[in-house]
Amino acid sequence: MAEQLLTDTTALRRSPLAHLAQQMHEQTVTGERGVALREIPFLTMVGIRVAPGTPAADAVAAAAGMPLPTGHGRVTGTAGATAILWIGPDEFLLVGPEGVGPAEIGPAGSDLRAAGSDDAGTAAGLARALGTEPGQAVDLSANRTTLELSGPSARAVLEKSCHLDLHPRAFAVGTAVATTLGPVQVLLWRTEELTWRIMPRASFAEYTARWLLDGMTEFASPEVP
Amino acid sequence: MLLIECPHCGPRDETEYQYGGEAHVAYPEDPSQLSDKEWAEYLFYRNNPKGLIAERWAHAVGCRRWFNVVRDTVTYEIKAVYRIGEPKPEIGGVK
Repeated sequence: MAEQLLTDTTALRRSPLAHLAQQMHEQTVTGERGVALREIPFLTMVGIRVAPGTPAADAVAAAAGMPLPTGHGRVTGTAGATAILWIGPDEFLLVGPEGVGPAEIGPAGSDLRAAGSDDAGTAAGLARALGTEPGQAVDLSANRTTLELSGPSARAVLEKSCHLDLHPRAFAVGTAVATTLGPVQVLLWRTEELTWRIMPRASFAEYTARWLLDGMTEFASPEVP
Repeated sequence: MLLIECPHCGPRDETEYQYGGEAHVAYPEDPSQLSDKEWAEYLFYRNNPKGLIAERWAHAVGCRRWFNVVRDTVTYEIKAVYRIGEPKPEIGGVK
């Protein structure tokens, strides 16, 4: 029986928007009014709760290799590699490339602090860095998926359903906030001048993707004067 | 729609918040000593002023933190926003 045990479940994973990948690709708009939507599946996300300015916060920052963001909208690190988003006064979200977190955590219920030593920046590594200090680092990779909306019209698409001021003077590159897009709670993160990450919870992902695709449709036609 | 200023996130639409009723209603020191009437008054009876009232709001889709707001029930004008644990600001007529 042992040979039938499945140890690598990666091949069985399905991202929340895998079934829409083709449609998102087909609805890409090119040209001056271009806008494109795609999913970036399986990013590692670690929820961090520590009070800033405490030894716990210092320990987490050292293990993550970057300081914790200091206020609303701020992000440390880089979107291409690992970044930490400010969520609340004592709440942060580490977002990293696929595969650095969950695999390190081990079976459900295992002691996070007993994990290996080469796991800095993962939920297990951060939890171990916390030691006995008050706080927590929990793997939340399956909580949200990531949509990437890019192109010259990306901001116009978002502005149809987000009430925040998304102009660069108010929402610069490297800003991330929790807000609503239409009726859906999302994290909205401007990673580049024309590129945005939208992170809805997995169960809202299809709705959000279809909502954005609907918003993109008009840009495939010439602008109505 | 109200524009409410979260002490952590700044001004956001009212729809991002959850309402939490009147603020500064202290939990009874020894609930078991209360009569049914007093317990009911603690649970259900609230001020309903025409004018300023201190109330709790939570930024449900943002930072998820509770905070207090002093709001005018006539004009809907928000006079003050302060964090949980901070004393009620001295504004004339707050009950």
